[in-house]
Amino acid sequence: MFIIKYKKIFIGISIILVAFSLLSLFFFGFNIGIDFKGGALTEVVYKTLRPTQDDLEKSLLALNFGSILLQPTGDLGYIIKTRDLNDSEHTLFLKTLSQDNKDTLIEMSFSSVGPTVGQELTRKAILAIILISLAIICFIAFAFRKVSKPVSSWKYGFIAIISLLHDVLIPVGLFVMLSHYYGAELDTLFVVAILTILGLSVSDTIVIFDRIRENLRNQNTIGKINFGEIVGKSLEQSFVRSICTSLTVILVLLALFFFGPVSTKYFALMLTAGMFFGTYSSIFLASPLLVLVEEWQKNK
Amino acid sequence: MWRKIVLALIILILGSGIALFVFKSEPRLNKDFATTYSFLKNHPFRLGLDLSGGSHLIYKAYVSAVPASQVDDSMNALRDVIERRVNLFGVSEPVVQVQHGGFVSGTAGEQLIVDLPGVTDVKQAIEMIGQTPLLEFKTEALVGTPQNAIVDKDGKVTLDINSQFVSTELTGRYLQKATLEFDTNTREPKVSLQFNDVGTKLFAEITKNNIGKMVAIYLDGSPISTPVVREEIPNGQAVISGSFTPTEAKLLVGRLNSGALPVPISLLSTQTIGAILGESAVNAGVKAAIMGFLLVALFLILLYRLPGLIATVSLCIFISIILALFKLMPVTLTAAGIAGFIISMGIAVDANVLIFERMKEELRSGRSIAEAISVGFSRAWFSIRDSNISNFITAVILFWFGTSLIKGFALTLGMGVIVSMLSAITITRIFLRAFNFIGEGEIARFLFNAPDRALDSR
Repeated sequence: MFIIKYKKIFIGISIILVAFSLLSLFFFGFNIGIDFKGGALTEVVYKTLRPTQDDLEKSLLALNFGSILLQPTGDLGYIIKTRDLNDSEHTLFLKTLSQDNKDTLIEMSFSSVGPTVGQELTRKAILAIILISLAIICFIAFAFRKVSKPVSSWKYGFIAIISLLHDVLIPVGLFVMLSHYYGAELDTLFVVAILTILGLSVSDTIVIFDRIRENLRNQNTIGKINFGEIVGKSLEQSFVRSICTSLTVILVLLALFFFGPVSTKYFALMLTAGMFFGTYSSIFLASPLLVLVEEWQKNK
Repeated sequence: MWRKIVLALIILILGSGIALFVFKSEPRLNKDFATTYSFLKNHPFRLGLDLSGGSHLIYKAYVSAVPASQVDDSMNALRDVIERRVNLFGVSEPVVQVQHGGFVSGTAGEQLIVDLPGVTDVKQAIEMIGQTPLLEFKTEALVGTPQNAIVDKDGKVTLDINSQFVSTELTGRYLQKATLEFDTNTREPKVSLQFNDVGTKLFAEITKNNIGKMVAIYLDGSPISTPVVREEIPNGQAVISGSFTPTEAKLLVGRLNSGALPVPISLLSTQTIGAILGESAVNAGVKAAIMGFLLVALFLILLYRLPGLIATVSLCIFISIILALFKLMPVTLTAAGIAGFIISMGIAVDANVLIFERMKEELRSGRSIAEAISVGFSRAWFSIRDSNISNFITAVILFWFGTSLIKGFALTLGMGVIVSMLSAITITRIFLRAFNFIGEGEIARFLFNAPDRALDSR
């Protein structure tokens, strides 16, 4: 199987991708949205004419709402980010946006998140990430509870977790790039996407590892055979299936990305990337790593 | 043989029935919706605020003055009052929820979450709720309690009246009704309060313990009347005689009668989504779901031929069951919830792909079609179970921890995972077995995408 033969190249590709993601994370950082940070987000669409950005910025600055971020959207709209606004501030804000009712507008959406709610949500998100990671690790431990030779079961689990990290880090890196160049914000859906990727991609790795162990069991009764060969054979048997199952999910995710609501676009993209790299890692990373570990063991 | 075909037909008819229900109970799809049965009318999809447009408000409830054992009671009373208040303004299907503080919910302090579908003017919504009066009874603080002094513009020092009084358990939640009265001597308007049983007892106790002292009646956080208690009042009647104008007094009575807040609240965050934005999100969601379905169906049929077609029919039944459940439970659909549903379509056929790939493998190793079907199902089961467990774990934890947005996603995804186990395994198997009659001939082998026999013998 060529994947096992050139395993170092495939592992290398994964390492480079993860390194890129970590670097972009380090250089660009997260663009944290109002869900977590607190603040207000207003989307307005003008009925006939949109005032210029400069004009609007000038009159908004007079309100003393601190730093204001104005972003044109569509032909007639703006998305405006400010600090969180209370009721009277909101009224004043809308009045200013319409240039004292000169330019009629429709308020498409308005959300104002107080700092306490943001902090709470951050805590909740962190707790959910910890709990799901623990649950997934428990699940992996359970799936590989029976010891098998020549590689002991905890190593399967460990490699499954490594490939899981790989599956999460690459979409995160992608998201950081998106947020740097297109202004995507880290919001609740981002956290949900990460957690869903964990659930979706772990199963792929487990299916392939199960096949490897099934073949190992059958092989052991006949006689000693090269571990790399067995892994290669198992991959050959299961990679079409692995790709097909991921493809069905990727197809619906692409439909969601291209045709779905604006609010779930980045979400769908993150999941697509997660699914893609989840499948990639279970075939091109996890199994080659398994063979590599076995080779190291033998050389010791 | 015939039994298998009849069983498959029954499943097909049941599935169509469910699909018909989903279709007919949707005002957009059913032309005769106005004249249809009330059961159908009562089950349209319930759309969340981000799809229907509306306001989402989060209030903080200040419960520090309430004894810990009564926090839950107070919060429920608060919810009832706000719910009544909102209903009074004719908002359709408002949702008022209490979010308790604590480690599990991740919330610091007690909160009240108010969802108002269709109310796209936040100002109006906030006013609506803000008019709910907060009624409190406070007694004099013990001598020696530190008091805050206020220095006004002219340098005059006054004692902060709020630090002279301490909260009691008696609040607006024990109010039964308020009436407008006029003083027989001065003709001044006054508001007479009647407490319920618990309130009457509390009031009797307070008055008994404070004879000769002041009891302050606080409205919306400031004292409006500080009468001196002359004797114990056992009948649960109190009078507020501020210097009201008749109009003010009448307004106050109206506000008190529609419910008084048991604890003070303040607005933490608001969210409004305009109706236009919501509608475009619904349309996009529906379009994405249809495109997703078509892509998956095309993929299945091209790759697996007859089994693929059967899996597509099972997928249709899966979609009908899930959508019917959304209507019957009912599940409040949000954009994230629709995303969860769309993803669950992809996951639902995963199981079928696992089974069909196994079947292909068995066919290649020379088994007959009937054998391949039964071996395919039994061997693929473990992989199907494993891959669904991890998705289910994620869905459950997300549901447990989530805000309403995440909950919508977790619920639709979790339901999808469970129902898909049924549809992809049981229903697909029943259909496949019903096709037993096509035998093992050339056509059958083509339809199952089995390798040629000539190849096998090689």
